[in-house]
Amino acid sequence: MVKNMNKALLSKPSGLVEQALKVNKQTTTEDALNIDYTATVGQPNCQNAKFSTQNVNVYYANNQAIHDVSLDIGAHEVIALIGPSGCGKSTYLRCLNRMNDTIDICRVEGQILLDQENIYHQKQDPVLLRARVGMVFQKPNPFPKSIYDNVAYGPRIHGLTSNKAELDELVEASLIKAGLFQEVKDRLQAPGTGLSGGQQQRLCIARTIAVQPEVILMDEPASALDPIATAKIEELINELKENFTIVIVTHSMQQAARVSQRTAYFHMGRLIEVGDTNQIFTNPAHELTEKYITGRFG
Amino acid sequence: MNNTNAIKRSLKKRHLKERIFKSTGFFSIAVAILFLAVLLTDIVNKAWPAFWQTKIELTVQLDAEKLDLDAYSSKPAIMAADFRWVIREALMNRFPDVKSRQDKRTLYALTSMGAEFQLRDMVIDNPNLIGQTIKVQFMADDDVDAIVKGSIDRTLPESDRRVKNKKLAWIESLESNGQITTGFNGSFFASGDSREPEMAGIKGAIIGSLYTLLVTLSLSFPVAVAAAIYLEEFAPKNKLIDFIEININNLAAVPSIVFGLLGLAVFINFFNLPRSAPVVGGIVLSLMTLPTIIIASRSAIKAVPPSLREAALGLGASKMQSVFHHVLPAALPGILTGTIIGMAQALGETAPLLMIGMVAFIADIPQSVVDPSTVLPIQVFLWADSPERGFLEKTSAAIMVLLCFLIAMNAIAIYLRKKFEKKW
Ligand SMILES: Nc1ncnc2c1ncn2[C@@H]1O[C@H](COP(=O)(O)OP(=O)(O)O)[C@@H](O)[C@H]1O
Ligand SMILES: [Mg+2]
Repeated sequence: MVKNMNKALLSKPSGLVEQALKVNKQTTTEDALNIDYTATVGQPNCQNAKFSTQNVNVYYANNQAIHDVSLDIGAHEVIALIGPSGCGKSTYLRCLNRMNDTIDICRVEGQILLDQENIYHQKQDPVLLRARVGMVFQKPNPFPKSIYDNVAYGPRIHGLTSNKAELDELVEASLIKAGLFQEVKDRLQAPGTGLSGGQQQRLCIARTIAVQPEVILMDEPASALDPIATAKIEELINELKENFTIVIVTHSMQQAARVSQRTAYFHMGRLIEVGDTNQIFTNPAHELTEKYITGRFG
Repeated sequence: MNNTNAIKRSLKKRHLKERIFKSTGFFSIAVAILFLAVLLTDIVNKAWPAFWQTKIELTVQLDAEKLDLDAYSSKPAIMAADFRWVIREALMNRFPDVKSRQDKRTLYALTSMGAEFQLRDMVIDNPNLIGQTIKVQFMADDDVDAIVKGSIDRTLPESDRRVKNKKLAWIESLESNGQITTGFNGSFFASGDSREPEMAGIKGAIIGSLYTLLVTLSLSFPVAVAAAIYLEEFAPKNKLIDFIEININNLAAVPSIVFGLLGLAVFINFFNLPRSAPVVGGIVLSLMTLPTIIIASRSAIKAVPPSLREAALGLGASKMQSVFHHVLPAALPGILTGTIIGMAQALGETAPLLMIGMVAFIADIPQSVVDPSTVLPIQVFLWADSPERGFLEKTSAAIMVLLCFLIAMNAIAIYLRKKFEKKW
């Protein structure tokens, strides 16, 4: 702040264009947020919330990445988290399955309830939580094992099936649900890493749904893929929402519009606005949301 | 344009610099290869004769009465019989003109000291030989060996020659009679050390080295890998762990002889473990290889992409499962390479083993890890230190065996690397 004031004092306004540029620049800095932000706009609460997060703050060492976010995620809905990069979408998402536990310097405050139970409670086992809340990552990360073993790994470690036939069935069902079975049915023993990028990502989705989670978290699942593979993933998300609650982080607003029912807009670690996807994209209530979706920054 | 010209001017200089750098690199590699080639040719050249053994064919009479044996004699009886005398008789029969005591002694020295044991073992294997007159190819003495192989020059004046005229004449007589043959020296790989160069073999040192490496591997591999996994995956980040890390790195830089002193003080003097034994050698060398394997394993584990861990954890695998199911298999090629490098170091290590008495002269082949024994590099050292001419070629031969072991270990490392390497 002080630094900026100094800057303002030092710089001599010369001409309208420059001033306009300056204002535009400033809206993208922290000060812009401090001026405009008071509380989340829209409807952060849900009737039948699967996840209910209240006043979540996340710190990386002394650096606060998430500021006081309260948001409900309804059962069987697809909610998209959007916002400029570095605004804390991934950080928030990774709180939901306690993946942040793996980062030593990361500290989470506030309450995150899954089916009314605090997932950060001492007695809550993150291993069980992650079986209930699956995750698909930005970069496809199949295990360097066969396609079959990739999908079978989760059921195996959790002991979900009692014999080989059941496991085979579960693997096949998961691959079918992930829309990959037709392409790989003849080479289930081939390495999963030998598939194309899009296929690998669908394999990762199959691997996740093989554990039969209740919620699937997706962190920019299509950002490393070409448009055709992306379309397939989006189609898949539309099918999966029948059975799962899906939280998807995306930097593509079109994607958010295509796959989600609700959209949450994050900015500088704060939840600015949340509402119906339609409303957010056609009639955003907050100035920052509007600027973002009209492409003024991002 | 101006720009183009400027770039063109600098281009010349840049290309020249690149050419100079390339040719310097090429020159360095050429020099390195040249040195290596000279070294290897020299060793192979010197070692070559050691793989061949000169033999003297003699007709021996295994007289039952004189030996006081028959076809049904027991093994101890045969062991006690005097076969030296039989060979001497055969030599006397071959050269009946030799009369004086001194000449006779020289004549008897044509065959190796081991010849009588060779004959004895033949009889033990087949007692029916008793009473027969047979032709046997006896191991020749190292002087004869040297003359036949040409490492002693026959044309030198007698005063400068180790083998005098009389003996040379006998050898030439045997040669012209076809009684001197050269064959593959199998006993070099089948016997232990000896004071007689022609009888000295490498087997004791090979077995000693294998036992020592076995102890080293079985101690250092599990401990080092467990330590590496703990430090990389489980250890909290705090001052104590940093301190341990620094000290592991320091340990890798400690001169190896210090480990020998430690082994002497702790394992031999305090715990009373046997002196000169592979078990102590192995423990000492595993102290030395531990940091090497830990450091290699840690960097292999560190190189496993975090996305693999996240994939496993995201499915609900426990930390332990993610490490043992995914991280460790992915890191295995690196871990194995590090281990084999450590083992290769241990194989070539001499100094710490000198301190714990593995430098003693040991003729017997060790039967277990607690038997006194020596190891390959120390065998090289011992033979290089011996004055007899015959040991010169043995030294080079032992170096060759040592190098073969190292090459084999590196080949295994490459094979394992290829086998376990997976791409993602
Ligand atoms: N492992 C980490 N250690 C320290 N800071 C991090 C880490 N991960 C993210 N951050 C910081 O947290 C903020 C939010 O990051 P992230 O959640 O990845 O944003 P997004 O996914 O929206 O692009 C950024 O400022 C980033 O620098
Ligand atoms: Mg992100």
